[in-house]
Amino acid sequence: MAELTYRDAVIRGIAQEMERDPDVVFIGEDVGKAGGVFKATVGLYDQFGPLRVRDTPISEQAILGAAMGAAMTGLKPIAEIMFSDFFAVCFDYIANEFPKSRYMSNGQVKCPLVVRTGNGGGSRFGAQHSQSVENWCMMIPGLKVVAPSNPTDVIGLLAASVRDPNPVIFLEHKSLYPTKGEVRDGEIVDTLGTAKIVRPGKDATILALALMVPRALEAAKKLKAEYGIDCEVVDVRSLVPLDTQTILGSVAKTHRLFTVEENPRLCGWGAEIMSIVADEAFYDLDGPPVRITTPHIPLPAADTLEDIVLPSPQRIAETVRRSLNS
Amino acid sequence: MATANDRAQAKAGAGLNDDIGEAKRLEMYRTQVVIREAEQRAFDLFLQNLVKGTSHLSLGQEAVAAGFAGAMQKGDLSFCTYRGHAHTLARGVSVEKVLGELMQRDNGLMRGKGGSMHLTSVEHGVMGSYAIIGAHLPIACGAAWRAQYKGHKDVSVCFFGDGTTNIGAFHEALNFAAVWKLPVVFVCENNLYMEYTPIADVTAVPQPAADRASAYGLERIVIDGNDADVVYRTAQEAYTKARSNGGPSLIECLTYRHSGHSRADPAKYRPEGELEHWKSRDPIRIYRERLLQFGVPEKTIAGIDTEVRKIVDDATEACKAAPPPSVDLITTDVYADGGWAWRN
Repeated sequence: MAELTYRDAVIRGIAQEMERDPDVVFIGEDVGKAGGVFKATVGLYDQFGPLRVRDTPISEQAILGAAMGAAMTGLKPIAEIMFSDFFAVCFDYIANEFPKSRYMSNGQVKCPLVVRTGNGGGSRFGAQHSQSVENWCMMIPGLKVVAPSNPTDVIGLLAASVRDPNPVIFLEHKSLYPTKGEVRDGEIVDTLGTAKIVRPGKDATILALALMVPRALEAAKKLKAEYGIDCEVVDVRSLVPLDTQTILGSVAKTHRLFTVEENPRLCGWGAEIMSIVADEAFYDLDGPPVRITTPHIPLPAADTLEDIVLPSPQRIAETVRRSLNS
Repeated sequence: MATANDRAQAKAGAGLNDDIGEAKRLEMYRTQVVIREAEQRAFDLFLQNLVKGTSHLSLGQEAVAAGFAGAMQKGDLSFCTYRGHAHTLARGVSVEKVLGELMQRDNGLMRGKGGSMHLTSVEHGVMGSYAIIGAHLPIACGAAWRAQYKGHKDVSVCFFGDGTTNIGAFHEALNFAAVWKLPVVFVCENNLYMEYTPIADVTAVPQPAADRASAYGLERIVIDGNDADVVYRTAQEAYTKARSNGGPSLIECLTYRHSGHSRADPAKYRPEGELEHWKSRDPIRIYRERLLQFGVPEKTIAGIDTEVRKIVDDATEACKAAPPPSVDLITTDVYADGGWAWRN
């Protein structure tokens, strides 16, 4: 066991897979010699050399297109898009090319690659460097979409993503990079499409993703201590595939459902889960399911404003308490 | 400085058994006739409402496909656009598979799942036809990067139209390929029109591809795209350079499409006489004359024409008789496990 930051877990996860398989290669802007703008790839260039860890120009289309061409012909590329907001300038690959090539070719073309990216708010970067774009990806058939909340999951889910024969969007949360967790020694490989109950409880289910997981846990602690409300917190971890069994199982136990989403309100992943629960577990519910999201606005830069709009432990706790009391 | 065109033409003149030789010439003639007949048939089948959706023909542009494919080795990779029937046929994919896909039948190349704009045959090295302008230039870079990384000797060849030269991905890919010295050959088929608008009206330089080459440290190459010999020799030179770690090439082929942009386009925007001028430079006519000039008997040429026509006729009948795709295909191959499951 060792205490590791989320950032260092990214490095260890990439290194674990590159050591295992010489066909795993890694490209992106400033990822090599500079070690990444978030310092989440430090040392990989020295360890694996300039042919396997390769700096690119600021050309997001070239980065993702090259990753796809390499994946189609036998490599297992990991491509970094520095900020997930930049998906918008290379969205053709995410929306049209990666996920449709296998289908359109009737199974001839393969596309085993991972796109790593810094996602989410809390860094006071403003509306074009802070978004939570998981919903941009979740809606596209053919992609897998993963967002870890802690260092162990970073390693295990990254390994699973690299070994997966599909295109995987791997969303690292920028505000989680400095956070720490105990990580066991040796190889760690997890399973995509598995949610995890990170705090068992009986009164309400709170679903959360990435940065919202520690916030939901803090809210649950507060709800228990101050109001005796015992919340079950589920780390969704993977939006596609979606582990509906764990989610439906938790709702069947607690009979109340809350989602905590960092994304702006409309078409958030929580809405999709609500519709599944309404469809398949309506009679398990003892009250209305409630979504806790960022309002439907671009993110403001100022710390005081950003702190108000992103779901906070206080807002989560208050929403759950009021809803359960009404 | 000798242009690539000059270099390609300078090698001509040694008769039929020059650097290209009789067998390769007959192969390239046949390829052009296959494309011509299959594309013409596709057009006729539209009119009968048997080809559905859209379709983008390469009538008049056959020499580019025949020359580049003719110079390829097994294992070389083609990346095409939605105007990709010609390049797919040129790699040896059967006419029946191509027409079947255009007719959206079960015998189609992708069993009707891709359609006219996405012809793909990995076993023939046709790594896809891409319908978003510019998308496949970076993808071809990636395949070339794999070759470089693994020490493979194949070349990735990426075909696109003149309109592609004004989109960002073109410029990203050229810079990327040049900086990484990738074994990729970019082939611009300049047929004078992006869709309906003349490329000259919307481009800052006269030659939309070649005049951009210097920005990426590449040679300016403009060739006669209607002469398969010129195309073949230029391709050979670029492939040799790519295989010997010499990096990418950008080749602009001057050509012309005899039909409109797509089935919806009657091409009424063309100035009077333009089509007639280019038809006098029809690549198949040029090549037939070349063969005759080199002493190939008329009978041999006519034999190829007859053989190809029969192939296209037989393919047409097979496609008409083929069933539509099985409904089971709707949910296959979304993911690598063969299925479409997004949840448990």
